[in-house]
Amino acid sequence: MTTTLVPSDPQEAAVPDNPDEPAISVRGLVKSFGDVRALDGVDLEVARGAVLALLGPNGAGKTTAVRVLTTLLEPDVGTVRVAGLDVVRDAGALRERIGLAGQYAAVDENLTGLENLVMVGRLYGMRRAAARERGLELLADFELMDAARRPAKTYSGGMRRRLDLAAALVARPPVLFLDEPTTGLDPRSRLALWGTIETLAGEGTTVLLTTQYLDEADRLADTIAVIDRGKVIARGTSDELKDRLGGERLEVRLAEAAAAPVAARALAPMSDEWPTTAGATVGLTVRGRDGTIVEAVRRLDEAGVGVLDLGLRRPTLDDVFLSLTGHVAEAADDEEGTA
Amino acid sequence: MRRLVTDTLVISERNLGRLRTAPDLLIAFTVQPVMFVLLFAFVFGGAIQTPGYDYIDFLIPGIIVQNIAFGGFVTALGLNEDVSKGLIDRFRTLPMARAAVLAGRTLADVATNLLSLLILLATALIIGFSFDAGVGEILAGIGLLMLFGYAFSWVFALLGLMVSSPESANSLGFLAVFPLTFISSAFVPVESMPGGLAWFAEINPFTIVVDAMRALWLDAPAGDAVWGAVVWSLVILAVFAPLAVRRYRLAAAR
Ligand SMILES: Nc1ncnc2c1ncn2[C@@H]1O[C@H](COP(=O)(O)OP(=O)(O)OP(=O)(O)O)[C@@H](O)[C@H]1O
Ligand SMILES: [Mg+2]
Repeated sequence: MTTTLVPSDPQEAAVPDNPDEPAISVRGLVKSFGDVRALDGVDLEVARGAVLALLGPNGAGKTTAVRVLTTLLEPDVGTVRVAGLDVVRDAGALRERIGLAGQYAAVDENLTGLENLVMVGRLYGMRRAAARERGLELLADFELMDAARRPAKTYSGGMRRRLDLAAALVARPPVLFLDEPTTGLDPRSRLALWGTIETLAGEGTTVLLTTQYLDEADRLADTIAVIDRGKVIARGTSDELKDRLGGERLEVRLAEAAAAPVAARALAPMSDEWPTTAGATVGLTVRGRDGTIVEAVRRLDEAGVGVLDLGLRRPTLDDVFLSLTGHVAEAADDEEGTA
Repeated sequence: MRRLVTDTLVISERNLGRLRTAPDLLIAFTVQPVMFVLLFAFVFGGAIQTPGYDYIDFLIPGIIVQNIAFGGFVTALGLNEDVSKGLIDRFRTLPMARAAVLAGRTLADVATNLLSLLILLATALIIGFSFDAGVGEILAGIGLLMLFGYAFSWVFALLGLMVSSPESANSLGFLAVFPLTFISSAFVPVESMPGGLAWFAEINPFTIVVDAMRALWLDAPAGDAVWGAVVWSLVILAVFAPLAVRRYRLAAAR
């Protein structure tokens, strides 16, 4: 994918009323479906040109949030403003300024890829020739040129997603919503899409994306909001979230699992909490970093424990997620994968 | 307003474009009505008494009205699919006129209805149907059929938005259209029906539209049938178009 995705300044189309106002601002958002409180008091803020990742497991409320932000659902309670416009009162004007690629690709299977994009362009009010030109440009960017004149029903799942994303970009919206944009993409397409999103963000587009993939949030987002059961349970940069877990993790692989209790006792003074043991692996969160490895080796040596391997690592977002929600995010991925 | 017109045209172009990529759909518009004409004309033709007319002349206006009523099926199936595939969500995030999705659908039906009407008429003329009318009346009849078909498309639009799957749109559609068209003057004279059925057939809008067509094309005594048919079409339109638009908003906000 090339850098021609957004040749013009995307902010131009928006005519921002107040340049200081964040691109997305959500206060006290509640949305229920019958008894289910899909969103239970959500606050979010995304500065213009920033990328926010909404990270959460299945059923957390990600899609519901995106649907409210894109005028598809009305909030029960709370104020939601996007691009300086209220999602309820100014819904019509707002639709000129947003693009959405939903969780499931919404393309007309009976039209060709090009026809799909031309239709969307014309519904944005573009003339046929302009819509066609833009459509071809996007098809080239998303490597769909060879399939441009084939009905979309002959597309693979990944091609459909790319076409759907292209449709969201037709009008160069200043605010873009992507609901699990890389679910179902192969690693190469996923990397390409990450590149596209980074390009768009670099050119000033505000992006809100949802994901269940921690590495994706880590790589793309300026800010991450972790959402679970309709509530934002943590927010910050990826580094800030990792820091919340305290220091770094020391992991030691022992020669014999039987020695684990001895090793744990020997290492315990280095941490505020008792080390965890799993088989022949002992892990603990350590204070500070300097001299840690040397001290650990000395203590284990004195205790007479044989060591195969040991190392320090920064906590990953997986650790953050696990400690915040009490369940692992990957479990949710598997469910999605087999669905 | 300009937006509504252009958006409606974009959507109907999209729906007609579908005929090109899914040519099997064309069969529904062409082969099926022809088959119906041939079956009725030759299977029932000898058995049904239609005083004053050849059965073929009596039959053709009736079968054409039935065929026009079925024309809206594409709208029911297509809208249902648009909702379930999430396309309606895409449309709703676009700055397009709200009513355009439905208006475009039903407008596309007018084009397909016209196509299948012409094919039916050609078939009818080949197997012996003859007009007893001037050019003006023939054209007025075609206009009335288009109006009635357009109004009925909105009934199907509502149906397509209310049911959970294309299959149920299909069976509910048949469930509604078959009794309505058969308990009418479309295929047999109303006088030949038993009391209850005859009563229903008398007030059935299909009877009124079919009678209006016979008045226009066969010079049958018209009574108020022609105006009645126009009024019925407008009433159906006035009731079902707002219902369908309202339902569209709800369906899309699920
Ligand atoms: N239309 C609806 N009717 C009833 N319940 C709904 C509806 N939409 C969402 N919900 C419920 O709201 C909750 C949040 O759903 P949502 O789709 O927002 O989750 P999500 O974070 O997008 O999950 P996933 O990762 O599976 O896409 C779930 O419990 C879901 O069952
Ligand atoms: Mg979702």
